[in-house]
Amino acid sequence: MIQFLQATVNGVAVGSIYALLALGFVIIYKSTQVLSFAQQALTVLGAFWIVYFSTELGLNFWVAVPCALVVSALVGIGVERVMLRPMVGKPVFSVAILTIGLNIVLLVIAFDLIGVNIRSLGDPWGLKTLTIGELTVSHKDVATIVTTAVVVGLLLAFFRFSRFGLAMRATAADQEVALAQGVTVTRVFAAAWAMAAMLATVAGLFLGAGTGLAPAVGTRAIRALPAAVIGGLDSIAGAIVGGLLIGLTEAYMVTYQSEYLGFLGANFANVVAWVLMFVVLLIRPSGLFGTVEVERV
Amino acid sequence: MRGRPGLITDYRRDMAILPTTTQRAWFVAMAVALVLIGLQLPADLALLGATAAIASVGAIGLNLVTGWAGQVSLGHAFFLGLGAFTAAILNGDPDGRLIGFGLEMWIWLPAAGLVAAIAGLLAAPIAFRLRGLYLAFVTLGLVFIGDHFFREWRSLTGGQGVGRPAAEPEIFGFDLGSDGEVFGVFLESEQKFYFFGLLVLLVMAFLAKNLVRSRIGRAFAAIRDRDIAAEIIGVSLARYKMIAFAISSFYAGIAGALIWMFLGFVEPTSFNILLSIRYVAMVLIGGVATISGSIMGAVFITFLSRIVDNLSGFLPFISDAPAGGFLTKFQVEEMLFGALIIGFLILEPLGLYGLWIRIRNYFKAWPFSY
Repeated sequence: MIQFLQATVNGVAVGSIYALLALGFVIIYKSTQVLSFAQQALTVLGAFWIVYFSTELGLNFWVAVPCALVVSALVGIGVERVMLRPMVGKPVFSVAILTIGLNIVLLVIAFDLIGVNIRSLGDPWGLKTLTIGELTVSHKDVATIVTTAVVVGLLLAFFRFSRFGLAMRATAADQEVALAQGVTVTRVFAAAWAMAAMLATVAGLFLGAGTGLAPAVGTRAIRALPAAVIGGLDSIAGAIVGGLLIGLTEAYMVTYQSEYLGFLGANFANVVAWVLMFVVLLIRPSGLFGTVEVERV
Repeated sequence: MRGRPGLITDYRRDMAILPTTTQRAWFVAMAVALVLIGLQLPADLALLGATAAIASVGAIGLNLVTGWAGQVSLGHAFFLGLGAFTAAILNGDPDGRLIGFGLEMWIWLPAAGLVAAIAGLLAAPIAFRLRGLYLAFVTLGLVFIGDHFFREWRSLTGGQGVGRPAAEPEIFGFDLGSDGEVFGVFLESEQKFYFFGLLVLLVMAFLAKNLVRSRIGRAFAAIRDRDIAAEIIGVSLARYKMIAFAISSFYAGIAGALIWMFLGFVEPTSFNILLSIRYVAMVLIGGVATISGSIMGAVFITFLSRIVDNLSGFLPFISDAPAGGFLTKFQVEEMLFGALIIGFLILEPLGLYGLWIRIRNYFKAWPFSY
């Protein structure tokens, strides 16, 4: 039982990270109709900015994070302006492939900046843990879950109550109509990429916190893609549910797979997200909460 | 007719693989040139040429499913891997450390294609339940799951970091793996690979070219252009998507088996997402839905690492060492892939084929601008 609870806590913590990444993905997809494979690179790059400001420039961690967020947002806006703007109106697939190319380029830059060593993010949580009954919870996991909850709450409030949030929702609903109503759609595009880059930075922070920034951060960030797909590409709630689902499944796999499903090979937890995605898509082709595509002739 | 090569008066000629005399002449000239070049090539370039030829086969396969049938596939690496391992297992030493059957090439080569094709068929049902973007994710998932099993199924693949010897390059008594005389001409092993690769490419390219001008090819194009409309005029989506995936995977299986036969060794971690992207880049850079484009793209991408190698001598900021310097060779190469994909998508969506058409039209109309 305690093993199960432990796995659940770990799963929720990792799942929150996936949820953050998937959220960025969904925000970009909803407001710009672009499928962004570049989230992975934005995560690693975002985490690097934190490393840069906190350990290289020696700033306080709590100053370094906002600085990194600002730089990430600027990177996101720049990417959108230079790479994605010329592709407006091109087939969705071409744009998706373009973001794959973008991902490669940004990843190379990020890893080149990071260098060969594992870099510490200078975070205050480290590997410290606290004990509740028999449960061991790391400070980092608590911070992850709390931050995710706050970020998601802020985002939802922003979309619901702010003027610009409304503009973004309008653009998501129908670009041309939004344009006709006086929404500056280009600014919405830029904002979507900036938000996604910032979310990726937060995710990168928690993926790298404690253990440090290593290539593994990148490989884990890819698994946010199936999270977004499981939830449905155009559903904010779906992104969160999908992220948590994948986090939990992975944690349970890590705990129980060697015992019950040993024939699948060690480290099956690393790919279980994709298997889960297959199953969900076979049953619901648009994901759990995605809009079902209506075919009209 | 003479002097008006663009005038086509019957359907047969319109559908011909090489419609004009000029094209036929160029084709023969190119074939002769390739053979003559092959006789002079040093070993390393010959091997690169052979790899490029077989990579073209893989690229044609991907182009069939993505370019013609419009079904986005990021899963090509998985099918290449299946082909490579099927070949290695069927040809492997029956008494060795790993499972092997010691079969001949004329069995394992088609079998490598068939196993991949069957896997493609199994993946296809997901493809006709899903459309567009969701399909891209499913095929991406295939690569990750395949990669996991290639790493973990040690009795078949040797496991991560260990791998297993690839299939032996011997067919109908010709040993391609060692230097020697073939039909009275002395050839190095790599040159034999080169000619063998060209031969396979020739056969596979003509088969593909023939396929896309047939009923099946037209059905593919119809599905790509508008799947609902295609269904209404009587094209069975399920059937043709399955055919597209099966044939594409067959090509990938053959290509995988042969490329790793050239390399001599199969390592399970080679079949990752980067390999898939390489093939997508070949198709995009070469030209979507063109056979000659696929070949141009594959040749270009295969020779790219060689070009970067040579560049590192001239450009001081590229270092030869695995780490250090401003950028390493591998980083430059990877970044070039990314940049080329981006550049071609933004500037020339038709790829190298499109560039070639532009150049050709310029000279056709010269001295007028159109």
